[in-house]
Amino acid sequence: MSEADLLLRLDRVACVRGDRLVFEGVSLALARGGALWLRGPNGAGKSSLIRLAAGLLRAAAGTVERRERIALIDEGAALDPELPLRRALDFWARIDTIDGPRVTEAMDAMGLAPLAEVPVAMLSTGQRKRAAMARVIASGAPIWLLDEPANGMDEAAKARLVAAIAKHRGNGGAVLLASHFALDIAELAELDMGALA
Amino acid sequence: MTALIALFWRDLRRAWGSGALWLPIVFFLLVATAFPFAVGPDAPLLSRTGGGMVWVAALLAALLPIDRLVRPDKETGVLDQLAVRGFADEVVAAVKIAAHAFGFGLPLLAALLPAAALLAQDAARVEMLATGLAIAIPALASLAVLSAALTANLKGGSAIGGLLVLPLAVPLLIFGAGMLDPSGRGAVKLLGAASLLLTVIGPFAAGAALRGLRE
Repeated sequence: MSEADLLLRLDRVACVRGDRLVFEGVSLALARGGALWLRGPNGAGKSSLIRLAAGLLRAAAGTVERRERIALIDEGAALDPELPLRRALDFWARIDTIDGPRVTEAMDAMGLAPLAEVPVAMLSTGQRKRAAMARVIASGAPIWLLDEPANGMDEAAKARLVAAIAKHRGNGGAVLLASHFALDIAELAELDMGALA
Repeated sequence: MTALIALFWRDLRRAWGSGALWLPIVFFLLVATAFPFAVGPDAPLLSRTGGGMVWVAALLAALLPIDRLVRPDKETGVLDQLAVRGFADEVVAAVKIAAHAFGFGLPLLAALLPAAALLAQDAARVEMLATGLAIAIPALASLAVLSAALTANLKGGSAIGGLLVLPLAVPLLIFGAGMLDPSGRGAVKLLGAASLLLTVIGPFAAGAALRGLRE
């Protein structure tokens, strides 16, 4: 991995939530085209590590270096429930100052075109995850931090997710993925968070 | 700047879509209608005390939508997404304050006319009330967003939020109502100073509270 290709580096980071040390001494690096799967049982710190990498949590020790923009999927889809899906995604397009066709492409990639006029509140869990994934794709951010992106997705949606990740990596992006279960992603590095607890 | 405008319009749309447009109007008119029943149909007494009642109602109207200002954005992950995109919490708070000021402030000023009529306020007093409220609305919005951010993690947060900001709003009430006193001509300047102070401090205090929600 060359220094020029590096997008994200965590160096001996520790995470403390409340009074509990969740993990310490975790180091990882993601370069263009790279992908890393964080696996482990509930409470192992996968989500905390994702939030730490995103800058939403402060590291109790160690350093976090981000060299590019980040797109994040976590528990909430961050889409206004009262809006039709397309309008909810358009809001983030305006925030990210990207144009409409990119949103259309992202919706197509996740098979959401038929749901464009459906209010977000009416979407199922899996459909909301697909919508959140469309928001990530449309953002154009090189670093994807995906916390349980496939939760609630059916097999067809998982295949779309895997294809989107492969395309992103092919375009020089990187993916940090936290998931309970394995996804069929090629050349995927692993970090067992359970072994660190 | 485009992103901030988008965020402002989104907050304003959600505020008006969730009832913030008509709620202060209904609230004001309810207070203005109920107050004469409580004190009796004595026009001079209503005229003397009605202005202060309008100020109390304005403060409560600002606090009505506390539950909808921050908590939904925290629960759906909108605040996290904004933070990931590099929006400073203070900027997000400032946009929320601006949107709340417009969201409840404009309907409040519109509701002032019928409320003042019901409370036997003459034209001169209505003008002073409108001026005072226009000066105080940014500060009231600032206090409401601060309160919403501080209590977003708490169940029944809006009740606690009211208790939190009430002491901070007292100077606004004193100087705002003081404007109506013929001997209180300096009150407008003091009201402006108090409003400016709260409006400037608000985004920083609310921003710190938003940051605390992530920990």
